[in-house]
Amino acid sequence: MNEMPNLEQASAMTSSKISAKKVQVYYGDKQAIIDVDIEIQPRSVTAFIGPSGCGKSTFLRTINRMNDTIDICRVEGSIKIDGEDIYDAKVDPVQLRAKVGMVFQKPNPFPKSIYDNVAYGPRIHGMARNKSQLDDIVASSLQKAGLWEEVKNRLDEPGTGMSGGQQQRLCIARAIAVSPEVILMDEPCSALDPIATAKVEELIDELRENYTIVIVTHSMQQAARVSQRTAFFHLGVLVEEGSTQDIFTNPKDKRTQDYITGRFG
Amino acid sequence: MSLFWLVVIVLAIALVGYIAGRARALASAGGDMRDLHSLPVYYGANVAMKAAVPAFLILVLWLLVQPFVVHSNISGMIPESAVGDGSSLGLVMAEVRRTAEGLENAVASGQMTDDFARNARTDFNDITTRLKDAGQIVTSQITQPIMRAAQAYRIMVSNGNFYMSIVVLLAAIAGALWGVRETSAEFRARNTVERGIQVILFSAALIAVLTTLGIVLSLVFNTVEFFRLYPAMDFFFGLTWSPSFSGRGGSSELGILPLLWGTFYISFVALAVAVPVGLFAAVYLSEYASPRVRAVAKPMLEILAGIPTIVYGLFALLTVGPMLLSVFGDNGLGIMKAGTAVMTAGLVMGIMLIPFVSSLSDDIINAVPQAMRDGSYGLGATKSETVKQVILPAALPGIVGAILLAASRAIGETMIVVLGAGAAARLSLNPFEAMTTVTAKIVSQLTGDADFASPVALVAFALGMTLFVVTLGLNIVALYIVRKYREQYD
Amino acid sequence: MTDTTLSPETSPAAAGDAAKPKSLYALDDLTRKRNASEKRFKYYGLGAVLIGLFFLVVLATAIISEGIPAFTRTIVEVEFTLTQEQYDAAEKELFKTKAYEQFFINALQGQLEESGMSVPFDAKAIERIVGKTGGTIREYFKANPGALGAPAAFELAASSRVDGYSNGRVTRETLTDSRFLEKSDLDIVDALVETGIIKTVFNWNFITGADSGVDNPGGAGIGASVVGSFFMMLVVLFLSLPIGVAASIYLEEFAPQNRFTDMIEVNISNLAAVPSIVFGILGLAVFIQFMHLPQSAPLVGGLVLTLMTLPTIIISTRASLKAVPPSIRDAALGVGASKMQSIFHHVLPLAMPGILTGTIIGLAQALGETAPLLLIGMVGFVARGYPDGFITGFIEPNSAMPAQIYTWAARADYAFYEKAWGGIIILLVFLLTMNILAVILRRRFERRW
Repeated sequence: MNEMPNLEQASAMTSSKISAKKVQVYYGDKQAIIDVDIEIQPRSVTAFIGPSGCGKSTFLRTINRMNDTIDICRVEGSIKIDGEDIYDAKVDPVQLRAKVGMVFQKPNPFPKSIYDNVAYGPRIHGMARNKSQLDDIVASSLQKAGLWEEVKNRLDEPGTGMSGGQQQRLCIARAIAVSPEVILMDEPCSALDPIATAKVEELIDELRENYTIVIVTHSMQQAARVSQRTAFFHLGVLVEEGSTQDIFTNPKDKRTQDYITGRFG
Repeated sequence: MSLFWLVVIVLAIALVGYIAGRARALASAGGDMRDLHSLPVYYGANVAMKAAVPAFLILVLWLLVQPFVVHSNISGMIPESAVGDGSSLGLVMAEVRRTAEGLENAVASGQMTDDFARNARTDFNDITTRLKDAGQIVTSQITQPIMRAAQAYRIMVSNGNFYMSIVVLLAAIAGALWGVRETSAEFRARNTVERGIQVILFSAALIAVLTTLGIVLSLVFNTVEFFRLYPAMDFFFGLTWSPSFSGRGGSSELGILPLLWGTFYISFVALAVAVPVGLFAAVYLSEYASPRVRAVAKPMLEILAGIPTIVYGLFALLTVGPMLLSVFGDNGLGIMKAGTAVMTAGLVMGIMLIPFVSSLSDDIINAVPQAMRDGSYGLGATKSETVKQVILPAALPGIVGAILLAASRAIGETMIVVLGAGAAARLSLNPFEAMTTVTAKIVSQLTGDADFASPVALVAFALGMTLFVVTLGLNIVALYIVRKYREQYD
Repeated sequence: MTDTTLSPETSPAAAGDAAKPKSLYALDDLTRKRNASEKRFKYYGLGAVLIGLFFLVVLATAIISEGIPAFTRTIVEVEFTLTQEQYDAAEKELFKTKAYEQFFINALQGQLEESGMSVPFDAKAIERIVGKTGGTIREYFKANPGALGAPAAFELAASSRVDGYSNGRVTRETLTDSRFLEKSDLDIVDALVETGIIKTVFNWNFITGADSGVDNPGGAGIGASVVGSFFMMLVVLFLSLPIGVAASIYLEEFAPQNRFTDMIEVNISNLAAVPSIVFGILGLAVFIQFMHLPQSAPLVGGLVLTLMTLPTIIISTRASLKAVPPSIRDAALGVGASKMQSIFHHVLPLAMPGILTGTIIGLAQALGETAPLLLIGMVGFVARGYPDGFITGFIEPNSAMPAQIYTWAARADYAFYEKAWGGIIILLVFLLTMNILAVILRRRFERRW
């Protein structure tokens, strides 16, 4: 899976999709993220790993400004997507989030039908001119999420009635339906059983062809399985970032090594 | 012996029993507390409990049963002929009771000797005048049978009270003796006392059930009595409400429909004010307001819920009514005749219900999990889209429940409509006309001069029954919906 | 791999996206429209909150502006000396009070002239302004013969219209000539005000006094009904607190999980929502018709309000009991205490602040409740005096604050409306005090586990 060549490293600096510089995040007086610099490559999977409370989820949420919904949260530094600073005053977080979708830890389908769940995003963003176009978007999103065959005959049943794994793939379909360029996934498999996890991981690998994916995960095995690049966070600091292979086989930092070998975590 | 002294004596017996029980327990252990099964207080408490509880139970039961026994005995004494045309046994019995009380008071104040009051051969005309002279209320000329019945009534009551005192005192003494006798070092006093306390706790919980039972019984009995005097069909389907206090209510028309119409119309206006304002306020406070604004605005709004309804009533009558009249009255649009109207009462009731709706909705909106909001924001929805398309649909059952609870409040509200809605029962669509409600009429029928036994007063119980059933139904449905809703997100 | 058949190139939405890559810096039309509707929605919400607060302000303004005049009263103060001879002469007259009234008018005239004012007036006008004064003066001198010959100051209550004129309720424009007051009298009043004979003082009688008859709004006070309310609250406190706590302990700690317990619980939550007027019907039917307790008695009012308050108290008490963590119970049971002991020695004291807070709030609710009191006869009764003693305070007919306010509001005289608003101020002061007490209790003693 990890055939993404290392030699692209040099050109990555110019062609990166997301580029973060000196990012600091504060919750009230407490600093949660300290001086994070990172470049994220387009059409690839980047995994954030680290012990719990290390700030990896917090950093993920800064990429589509989900932290704006928390009153006491404050972000400094710059995060650029395609060269545009997303914390610029001109940027509307609503428009940004259409470009940067998000999938959450616990499957959170709305208490609506499967169809309405997927159609929610396209509807609010006015992406379909008519009903048949909307049907197409819903169908293709469900297909891309690998859920189409399972639900095509019960699109009007509530999304909350599905199994956990199906719900999470529904949430991924819901995110895809808005045609984002980046998809952020916050421990998407932590509430799923191994079989459902395998399906979601397979899906992530497929989506890499068309989307830039950033995934936060608690499991190093998962990071190794799905990602091309890995970033290790510890106590709010980005300790090390590199190709997944390098991080797991040849970490440069002592802390990374300790974490990988299971000394803490 | 008056009730007060009886209670005091029973308590005294219990106290003596407590001391005796405690002393005997200590004595049986040779003065060493450690040899007792329980702490000494428990032995005392056991005796006191056995003295007081059965005695008071007997006392309460006796007080409840005695009036029945006396009533049924005495009413047998009254011949058919003594019940005049248009009168009823109930009315005659009321007179008997009044006369008996008059006699009692006259004797108590020394204006009549006990013998004189008891003597059945006394000239009843003489007694009537003497009662009137003594300042005792005597409604009309007391007739011979009533006088005889009143005298018998008085004797029965005083005998009853005498026997009651004896029985209660005997029970208290017997209980105390029993408690003292069983006291010994091995006696498990604590367990006995705790079992007793548990029974007392249980009976306290039963009071809630008894209250409901009392409400239902007092409504049902009087409603049945009313339907014996007035046809139920006319009551439930009558389109006119015009009670006539004269002529013993014979010519009254007592249809509930105009009152129900007024009730629902006013409640509708109130909800039309309270639901949008309350709901929007709840959404704003829970989704938009900064913590500081919320900390100030929420308690401020809730002040509105803590203000007594009499204040709102006065506000409707003296402030809102005249204000509306100046806009819609003869000097303005000319569609309002007086300050008291559906609009006045409805508007003020709506103000009262705003915090009720807003704090219930606030709880319900906050129960929607944060994950729902995150999911919606993560897709790029704005706050209002999230509220309208995710939160409100998810919270809908809960909000419906809250609105039903508010409706039940509005229907049962009394003071605002008594003061603000007017007194005329009317089937009209104009919200600026005075109308009246079920609750307002309950008040006016029962505070008027009508005799309790006449249909114009009894109708209040039928109205109360209707009100009780409607509000209870609404509450049960609403509480059920809200509970189901909460379970969904727990 | 799943059977993905559509590539993003063929999906309509993605295709549209690829055609015109959007910059984040430029807001598209739709986003602008959505943001506008977002702002609108936010303002609706803010508007709703402001409407609620606006109503609160209007209500507060109405209460204060209408109620404050009840706390002042207008008096006519005249000082004069009555000699023994004048007294004897007056006592010989056929219309004795008339003679005394003449003394009063003469003294008034003298005081006016002294200050250089001159307005023509006659005895009738004076009567319209201060009422018949002769009786009061005669009674004073009959009771205090020693005061004869020395100057005595008389403070007489001005009539209710003059009172209204001095606090703005009555103006020259709204006054119509009647036997109560004529327009020309207002000139006299103005002159008397200027010389300091008519003045406004704090109306202690309103706070401490008893209700007056329909014809004397000026003398009406709320004191007696405050006492009535106090006795009612005593009944409520001493019944509902122990019963409520006992019932809560049973339901929370001892009740088995069965149908009967469920029934009790459903019962309590439904009772909490039964309209208060229905409790009035219950009180009328059970306490007055069936048990023959006296009408209008604070005892009966207290009983009815107890039944009404019980559900509230039980619900809040159970919440406080539930908040005490099980570890406390386990600790007590662990050292060999019985269940009863663990509850009464440990759980109950820890839950007490919460229970008291709930009780105070329940009492405050009961204090303001009016509708049930109407039905048990607390409204028809005019509370003309204080009860004689403690026991009689419970069973003698009396009024209660909200019932007194209703009685005044139901009297047709405008002067009584002012008293009703004033009564509301007093009632709200009591409620506010109780609620502040509850908040303080909660802040100081509430423990978070």
